[in-house]
Amino acid sequence: MSARPAPVPEPPAGAGQSRTEQALGLAAAAFRGTAIVWLLLIALWVAIGIKNPNSLTPEQLVLYLKRAAPLAILAIGAYFVLASGEFDLSVGSLVTVVVVVAARLNDGDPANTLPVLALLFALGLAVGLFNGFCTTILRVPSFIVTLAMLLMLSGAVFLWTKGAPRGALADNFRSIGREGIDGFPVLNQLPYSVIILLAIGGIAIWLARGGFGRRVLAVGDNDRAAALSGISVHRVRIAAFVLSAISAVIAGIILGGFAGVTAQVGIGLEFQAITAAVLGGTVLGGGRGSVTGAIAGALVLQALFMLLNLYGVDRALEQAFTGLIIIGAVSLAGFRARGG
Amino acid sequence: MNRAVSRPQPRVSVGGPWNKVTGAFGAIARTTSGPVYLVLLVVFIICFAVVTIDGGEFLSVDNVRDMLVRSVALGIVAAGQTLVILGASLDLSVAYVISLSSLLGAETMDGQNGQIITGIGLVLLVGLGIGLVNGIVITKLRVNAFIATLGVGLIIRGYLEANYAGPAGKSAPDFLKLGFESWGPIPLSVILLFAVVGAVWALLRWSRFGNRLYAVGGDEQVAKLSGVRTHRVIITAHVLCALAAAITGLFLASRLGAGSPLVGQEASYDLQSIAAVVLGGTYLLGGRGGVLGTLAGVLILAMLDNTFDQLEVDPFAKDVARGLIIIAAVAAYSVRWRRRRRSEQAAAEGVEPPAGGTPALQEGRTT
Repeated sequence: MSARPAPVPEPPAGAGQSRTEQALGLAAAAFRGTAIVWLLLIALWVAIGIKNPNSLTPEQLVLYLKRAAPLAILAIGAYFVLASGEFDLSVGSLVTVVVVVAARLNDGDPANTLPVLALLFALGLAVGLFNGFCTTILRVPSFIVTLAMLLMLSGAVFLWTKGAPRGALADNFRSIGREGIDGFPVLNQLPYSVIILLAIGGIAIWLARGGFGRRVLAVGDNDRAAALSGISVHRVRIAAFVLSAISAVIAGIILGGFAGVTAQVGIGLEFQAITAAVLGGTVLGGGRGSVTGAIAGALVLQALFMLLNLYGVDRALEQAFTGLIIIGAVSLAGFRARGG
Repeated sequence: MNRAVSRPQPRVSVGGPWNKVTGAFGAIARTTSGPVYLVLLVVFIICFAVVTIDGGEFLSVDNVRDMLVRSVALGIVAAGQTLVILGASLDLSVAYVISLSSLLGAETMDGQNGQIITGIGLVLLVGLGIGLVNGIVITKLRVNAFIATLGVGLIIRGYLEANYAGPAGKSAPDFLKLGFESWGPIPLSVILLFAVVGAVWALLRWSRFGNRLYAVGGDEQVAKLSGVRTHRVIITAHVLCALAAAITGLFLASRLGAGSPLVGQEASYDLQSIAAVVLGGTYLLGGRGGVLGTLAGVLILAMLDNTFDQLEVDPFAKDVARGLIIIAAVAAYSVRWRRRRRSEQAAAEGVEPPAGGTPALQEGRTT
């Protein structure tokens, strides 16, 4: 996809290096790509703090994390797909499908929440497998596969609901995105969505630092070389698509409780997730990036929305600012990466 | 600068039969558009049969004209999109450029025939400017095309949503002729579509820019080392793509009689045009393909749409079917292409094509 060659990748972990050296190298590489996004995050929070010092209390910060959780989870999923050299444009519509299907099946009955959740995960698994299968075995570019998946998912769900979402989420379903552990020290309430984000972030970082994560980067960097060194390229990419789809299901479950049942809930989320990952140093075309960077990218986007909101910027102009800042940040990150 | 440069590396060293095929047929085969026409034919036969059995008219003059007119907007954007994709770039801002152009055109004309030239000129100028910004951000600031054009699209969208709540402006009476009048049996808008596609085709086939674009899209490093100013080529492609989107906006202003801030997004011309280009056999990673394939891709989508409409298929089911057909068609191309590559390699090495092996080694997906 990229019009220019990706920056020279870190050399793959060599046999002569010790584990610590490898880990240090990976950490340094990750920080080099992500430094800009952390600086940006700090700058945005300074600006938010100047405008409204109240937003710096622990309660407010946790609320901010709660709002950022769905996008951060999507960005984690996007990281794996992008780092393996592919695209997933279907996550936004998958979020919509999750919310609409959950509302219709759940239909306000707390007793069937668990089966519905299981079904949603099965749906996500199927979508991820389909995307991965068409991209790898059928060799259709992932951009096209997931674009077609976007069309099919939104078409299918509205065909099924006859054009408008129906039903409602049961209270216990909604509490996942809405509530939390009350009476938590300092924070007042620790939202479930933040716990989920922390758990998923932890698992993703563990996955990314392990063998799977290295295989993802190797495949994204050069799939021929990866295949020659014995990596099953197809399996790695299919797994990446499954992770992305599962992250969309989780984001959808949280958003369903948090934002309510609408057909618009997922619109544009695929682009926001990709933007977050790229802000966090993930290179489109694959081979470079980090999970922490992707999470930081999502936090930056959320902080940006919050700041623009604080300054009373019109929702429409908010998009224009977002566009400008994305271009600026990504070009800055690019210069830094090349400058060493 | 020869087009051979544009091919992925293994092909350059291969003295396969395709290198000996010259002339138009060779060009078609090389640009991977070959199977596209086959798919076009198959889709045509199926649609024709299904509609006829259903008791409808598929090949009547009215229906063919309807299909063609409905292809005009997507066809023109997709022709521009073909250029950037051939250069291994892409443009996600076209939908917003279309909306902006329809508004600027209709507002400048404000229902007066005397303002037509000014309106068209202004819209094309703005299109040129947006294309320049896209190209410069991508080449000089080195922002990935996906992010750069997404960002520029967001900026235009923000401007549109902040300033327009609904349709605005009024197209000049004479300008409406573009959308509704015919020249003999052929609608003017269809002539416009063929003119744009013809111009892009000629540019790709005969101009130096065309050859360089294939080279840059095939391998930017190699093109640069061969003395091509790659940045200039990519910027030019983006300017032409934005101009095509601006022309689409003008055409839609003529069809609607006014400008609309949503006309581009509602039909999601950004993603649809990319789908049409790839459906037309152009390689999404650049360097292979052509605008005639894109035209075929647009016609395939138009025939499917028309057939679904005549069968009164639910619009949502239409989306599902369209998605499946796009995947199936593109999968068919890639299988065909791989098979050809395999036999070429075998011919060059004088050995039997490998029966199994790791598929990733047989195709230059990462080139």
